[in-house]
Amino acid sequence: MLYALKIAARYLTANLAQTALLVTGVAVGVFIFIFMSALIGGLAEFILARTVGDISHITIEAEDADPALLISPKGQVLFVAEPGQTRTATLAEAATWLPLIAGVPGVKAVSPQITGAGFLTRGAQVSQVSVSGVEPGRESAILDLDGYMVEGSARLGSGLIVLGRELADDLSLSVGQSVRLQSSNGITMVLTLSGIFETGNGSMDKARAFVSLSSARTLFAMPQGVTRIEIKLFDLNAADATALRIRALTGLDAVSWTDGAAQLMEALNAQAQTGYFLKGFALLTIVIGVASALLLSTYRRRPEIGIMRAMGAPRAFVVFVFVTQGALVGLLGGIMGAGLGYLALLPFPPREAFRPGTLPLDITQGSYGLAITLTVIGAILASILPARSAAKVDPVTAIGQ
Amino acid sequence: MSALLEAKDLVKTFGSGEAATHVLRGLDLTLNNGEMAALLGPSGSGKSTLLTILGTLMKPTSGHYRMLDHDLITADDRALTEFRNRHIGFVFQFHNLLPDFSALENVIFPTAVREGRETPAARARGVDLLVRMGLAERIHFPTAKLSGGQKQRVAVARALMNSPELVLADEPTGNLDRASALQVMDLIGQINREEGTTFLISTHDDKIAAACQRQIVVADGLVTG
Repeated sequence: MLYALKIAARYLTANLAQTALLVTGVAVGVFIFIFMSALIGGLAEFILARTVGDISHITIEAEDADPALLISPKGQVLFVAEPGQTRTATLAEAATWLPLIAGVPGVKAVSPQITGAGFLTRGAQVSQVSVSGVEPGRESAILDLDGYMVEGSARLGSGLIVLGRELADDLSLSVGQSVRLQSSNGITMVLTLSGIFETGNGSMDKARAFVSLSSARTLFAMPQGVTRIEIKLFDLNAADATALRIRALTGLDAVSWTDGAAQLMEALNAQAQTGYFLKGFALLTIVIGVASALLLSTYRRRPEIGIMRAMGAPRAFVVFVFVTQGALVGLLGGIMGAGLGYLALLPFPPREAFRPGTLPLDITQGSYGLAITLTVIGAILASILPARSAAKVDPVTAIGQ
Repeated sequence: MSALLEAKDLVKTFGSGEAATHVLRGLDLTLNNGEMAALLGPSGSGKSTLLTILGTLMKPTSGHYRMLDHDLITADDRALTEFRNRHIGFVFQFHNLLPDFSALENVIFPTAVREGRETPAARARGVDLLVRMGLAERIHFPTAKLSGGQKQRVAVARALMNSPELVLADEPTGNLDRASALQVMDLIGQINREEGTTFLISTHDDKIAAACQRQIVVADGLVTG
């Protein structure tokens, strides 16, 4: 079959301009395939980073105990304790679990927190807020607070509070000024605004307050334990598996972010499907292009095919010559398109630097190997019909042409 | 001399019904080993059809055809292709060389296609044949740069590449000037004498026919002389 390869290569080099045009056409198809892969993949990364990147990938919360009941020997309910407005359940053994969870493969950061509700008061202005008490030094473990700071510092300490831009504006607060925070437990603290952040997320910027874990202990009268543990992963797509692992390891109710994100997952799946269609069309274009070019070549070379058959070339040899031409065109076009795609994606910022307003093209998601492989397979499939047609050429008729 | 091939009662009909054309009408022919025979007859007498049937490029509508103890009527396409490659050489009127290949590459094609590669032995035989054809200076020339006579000599060399027992030549000099035609015929005669290769040459040229040991006349689909 080495000889068939030589004939195929000779046919391709015999008309360099035509071959170059064909290879360029295939390369353009591969370029579109790679560009779409990078765009769809990058877009998914960007959407996930914007929606899920700043939230906990796995959350462990203490389960509230059922309201207390007093039941008579006859089974009658004598007394029911009404559930309180505030979360009362705590993860009392959190300190024991933290190093264990931090050691689970794929875990990037662990943040024990005390959360609750409260009111911020400054003069006559009052705003309801969601309070998060986090350990100093782990302010940016889950939400990239440092990255979103527009004024002051994200560092939390005793007597300090960090607020969102809208909330600070509503209360006419600036860094260094004091504000009164009353928790849902009725405990009040006067705190100094140490920093203002702006995430672009309205609910976050308007109603979220960060204090230190020790301040939260005071505010929510929780001398030990935490209300939740938030976990950030290196790969957020591994959340389901890692949550299961943590659950098996600790017995705690670890919940993946995907449990409450069915709509987002559906949207991302729909986007991926769209990408498959677009890439499929690009491949179809390649297949049609190669098939039509080789059909023309077959027609043009009918007399030569007839001569080969007369000289004793088996039909399989003729098929191999034309299929090899298709494979070579696919390989050359695939490599050229992949190279062009890579070069075109180089100037775009890496996935870590995606910002709103820029095209989120992820060079690492170009699927270069897949594009080349699928193109070669597609080109081979495309060449089978012309090759079979060539093998059926009647030598007597063809030589007579 | 022993018989190389034997064709009996060959019938070839193209089309059917009222449109049927009966080209061969029960033709009988025997060729002996080492013969150099001319196939004569007017246009449309069935000479070319007979050559394509004897060359296994086409099957007759009916009849018997044996060569080298092989029944070439019942053989399938694969067997016929292999038989043709090993035992039959062709020289066409219009040389029919592969245009994108050199003279040497054209000559060694029948061997290379059988062995799957261009072996050194095949190249050596190809060079030897081209030298014998007087084309020592044109071995690596693209065929497009050769004259008509040179192309036909390359075609003769290609037909002889696998040392076939039979070479079928359809008007091999029909497209050449007188000098080139004589040169090609001299080479064919030389090969016939030196290697004992059997030649069946279709021609309209009486001088070419006279250069052959035997003249076979075909008329109206039958051998008449």
